[in-house]
Amino acid sequence: MTYQTQTGVAIMPVNRREFLKKSVSFGACSMALASGLLKSDPAHAEWLAEQFARHKLEETLKTLFKDAKITESDKIDIQIPQIAENGAVVPITVTSRLDGVENISILVEKNPVPLAARFDLSPELELSVSTRLKMAETSDVIVIVQAGNNLYSARQTVKVTIGGCGG
Amino acid sequence: MNSIKIRTKRIDGKTQIRTLISHPMEHGRNIDKNTNQPIPAHFIQELTVKHNGKVIASCAMGASVSKDPYFAFMLKGGEPGDKITISWVDNLGQQDSEEHIIK
Repeated sequence: MTYQTQTGVAIMPVNRREFLKKSVSFGACSMALASGLLKSDPAHAEWLAEQFARHKLEETLKTLFKDAKITESDKIDIQIPQIAENGAVVPITVTSRLDGVENISILVEKNPVPLAARFDLSPELELSVSTRLKMAETSDVIVIVQAGNNLYSARQTVKVTIGGCGG
Repeated sequence: MNSIKIRTKRIDGKTQIRTLISHPMEHGRNIDKNTNQPIPAHFIQELTVKHNGKVIASCAMGASVSKDPYFAFMLKGGEPGDKITISWVDNLGQQDSEEHIIK
């Protein structure tokens, strides 16, 4: 009886110590996680595999924006050639006159991976982005702009004479 | 590696930032004509543009961006002596970074 109580007493502090140690480290972990999340820069586009998966356009849009409503807007300008001789290099410039734009996504409807690029822009930048796209075949190029909680889109058809995906 | 070229030009109080990166941007579906083997995917996934150490643009991209990608941005303001830093990371974990001082 005495022996049992003694072991009981002996074991207890160990357990308590371990328990405390574990709870402290767990607390530290969650603290680090929370502060890490808080510190993460607002202008940071994280690369997510599901956004760049081989999907149909509709599925990619669903992954990107859930079921949010996308309004067509004439305040987004897409400068892109209407006929691209070489689908491997199609220059595109996107400008917008919308206010508070945080994010610009460029999609090519008929490419195996429709999402080409997503740009998170800080307010220090003008709403103007240029790049060059690969296009597998004649397709619509769709630009989706996120301003606050609203989504706006514009599209432009590009006729491709030589596809950009074959070696 | 020094794969990044940066050019800046001040226009009417704004600064145009242009960058050209040498990178194959392979999407993994091409076949090597000599060996008949598929060429593994190798493309830039993330690009970050900083102005004096502060992130101003961050891009996630797929292999639908052309080989040797080109990007242009327009910075509101920007003074001579300001530092522009551009860095990228690709799907194989390779990365590069380059600094440029606005003239």
